[in-house]
Amino acid sequence: MIKPNKKLQVGTLAVGFFFLYAPILSLIVYSFNDSQLVTIWSKVSLRWYYALAQDDELINAAWLSLKIGLLTAFASVAIGTWAGFVLARMGRFRGFTLYSAMINAPLVIPEVIQGISLLLLFVEMGKVLGWPAERGVFTIWIGHVMLCVSYVAIIVQSRIRELDTALEDAAMDLGATPLRVFFVITLPLISQALISGWLLSFTLSIDDLVLSAFLSGPGSTTLPLVVFSRVRLGLNPEMNALATIFIGLVTVGVIAANFFMQRAEARRAMPAS
Amino acid sequence: MNAAQAQALHHASTAPDADAFVRIVDVVKKFGEATAVAGVNLSVARNELFALLGSSGCGKSTLLRMLAGFEEVTSGRIIIDGEDMAALPPYKRPVNMMFQSYALFPHMSVAANIAFGLKQEKIGPREIDERVADVLELVQMSKYARRKPYQLSGGQQQRVALARSLVKRPKLLLLDEPMSALDKQIRQRTQIELVNILDKVGVTCMMVTHDQEEAMTMATRLAVMSEGRIVQLGTPHEVYEYPNTRFSAAFIGSTNLFDGNVSVDNPDHIYVECAALPQPVFISHGITGPLGMPVTLSIRPERVRLTRTAPDNTPNQAPGKVCNIAYMGSYTLYHVQLASGKNVMANVSTLAFDNVDPPSYDEEVFVSWAPDAVTVLTK
Ligand SMILES: Nc1ncnc2c1ncn2[C@@H]1O[C@H](COP(=O)(O)OP(=O)(O)OP(=O)(O)O)[C@@H](O)[C@H]1O
Ligand SMILES: [Mg+2]
Repeated sequence: MIKPNKKLQVGTLAVGFFFLYAPILSLIVYSFNDSQLVTIWSKVSLRWYYALAQDDELINAAWLSLKIGLLTAFASVAIGTWAGFVLARMGRFRGFTLYSAMINAPLVIPEVIQGISLLLLFVEMGKVLGWPAERGVFTIWIGHVMLCVSYVAIIVQSRIRELDTALEDAAMDLGATPLRVFFVITLPLISQALISGWLLSFTLSIDDLVLSAFLSGPGSTTLPLVVFSRVRLGLNPEMNALATIFIGLVTVGVIAANFFMQRAEARRAMPAS
Repeated sequence: MNAAQAQALHHASTAPDADAFVRIVDVVKKFGEATAVAGVNLSVARNELFALLGSSGCGKSTLLRMLAGFEEVTSGRIIIDGEDMAALPPYKRPVNMMFQSYALFPHMSVAANIAFGLKQEKIGPREIDERVADVLELVQMSKYARRKPYQLSGGQQQRVALARSLVKRPKLLLLDEPMSALDKQIRQRTQIELVNILDKVGVTCMMVTHDQEEAMTMATRLAVMSEGRIVQLGTPHEVYEYPNTRFSAAFIGSTNLFDGNVSVDNPDHIYVECAALPQPVFISHGITGPLGMPVTLSIRPERVRLTRTAPDNTPNQAPGKVCNIAYMGSYTLYHVQLASGKNVMANVSTLAFDNVDPPSYDEEVFVSWAPDAVTVLTK
């Protein structure tokens, strides 16, 4: 194995981490800045946090994003699990390649194209069928689910592939109908994949900008859309405060998820006594 | 019983009798072009412990999985206690299986694993608890009821798997290589324990194994399978003493095989001329077949005598040289090379060396055997 020079190794790491975290750190620090100007430090204050608490537009957008995120996560896990299950279990049926390619396509198709195509579809449907009358929560939700299903399907598929089929045979042998076997044996055994898929979908949906931009309508502006439009008008310290809150939440979430997963993993891997 | 009688018995027991508890009639299983099971007929009596024995890939597991309902039969019928299984899915069959990998549910405790099968029926929680406790007692695992499968040793997991398949009181219990995940030491002890437990419960049982010793220790009857067919069927004693084909002679235990032709054919004795032996072998029973018919002689190593001097008045002997000695504790396995180059195995009991010095490498010795120690194989 080639081992890079120790100093070079540490140096590269430092530069890498600096690029990653310096902006975030400065953002956090400046969120406690009293000054109206983003780049000039005056004194420590929570001024922008108060401003944030009074900003109804932002708060409404945050609630909307949260709602869409939750809806998306649940729907993607439900649909993606079935899709992954079919991919892993149905063997090769006619059109299998097409099916799996279609499941995976959203991973590689640029979001802009997905957004445009969905937008065209909805507009056309609105004209012909009269539904959806206007774009809003529902259309954003559809778009986000379309994006996330493939991620969930891939995660679930690989977990099911490594599952011992004898477990399901055994359950069926003991008198459980296939449907019961799926809910009582298969689902609990792949629960970790479902949780990962859920978290991934939730995050993808919460910070999606492109699809939401195409699919949102009046009165349904998600948080990233609001942030983006405001930032275009000029940097605002309020956004720093918002970002800081988000970073805090995400950090707590990631740490908690890691903690629970590691505990479950350790329990599974414990050696037989 | 002689070979001819054994042959007759073999034929009698291949035709499934109409009132047997489990009947497998002309069962064929094809996977696409490949035939895994090629027309098997079997019947198993109530409370019998029947073993399916055969080399890897001969279709044992496939046959078992068809009994459990995981594979559909391509043709043929499976009848258990008078009921045709064809239309029944696995979860409706009165059959339970213990899997090779045990297949214990990792997210459930030992007690929950065992209770799983009962919960699928309409059984009250009180009765479930009772039956789980009883069966845990039976396999001596009561202490471990709350543990998860990964907290158990291999042997303990096996007991739980057994308990789980017994608790539903199946009409037929299937065991797919029940010992293969255990190491040799505890395997032998477990075999006897398992037989005792099955005896106590009184369940009809069909077991798959590729370990002939295991089949001989545990089974009341066994079937030797090869390439999807049953080659021989009988009690362990019958199959060992009267193998009917080269395959089962070589598969069950070890044996010396000599190819030859019948040179003298009388109703009560025959002579067989073998290229590997200096003179024709005298066999003290007749066979059905023409003079000159090619046959294979099978002589078990424990039936071969080893002497330093030529035994008197028997044609069944050959001089040779000791070329390998394997000390096995209770006996010693000698490999003797004959003048023809053929290797003959002889088991000599350790007792025999109390008075005599054991022969050593390269010593000139004679192998010999009684006229009734030879099994004549025509296939
Ligand atoms: N699902 C399947 N699809 C195609 N072929 C199969 C399938 N299951 C088994 N076979 C084939 O059928 C034959 C019999 O397999 P089976 O598992 O019954 O063997 P076995 O006697 O149990 O062997 P082992 O002692 O190795 O377990 C094998 O040649 C195997 O390749
Ligand atoms: Mg097998």
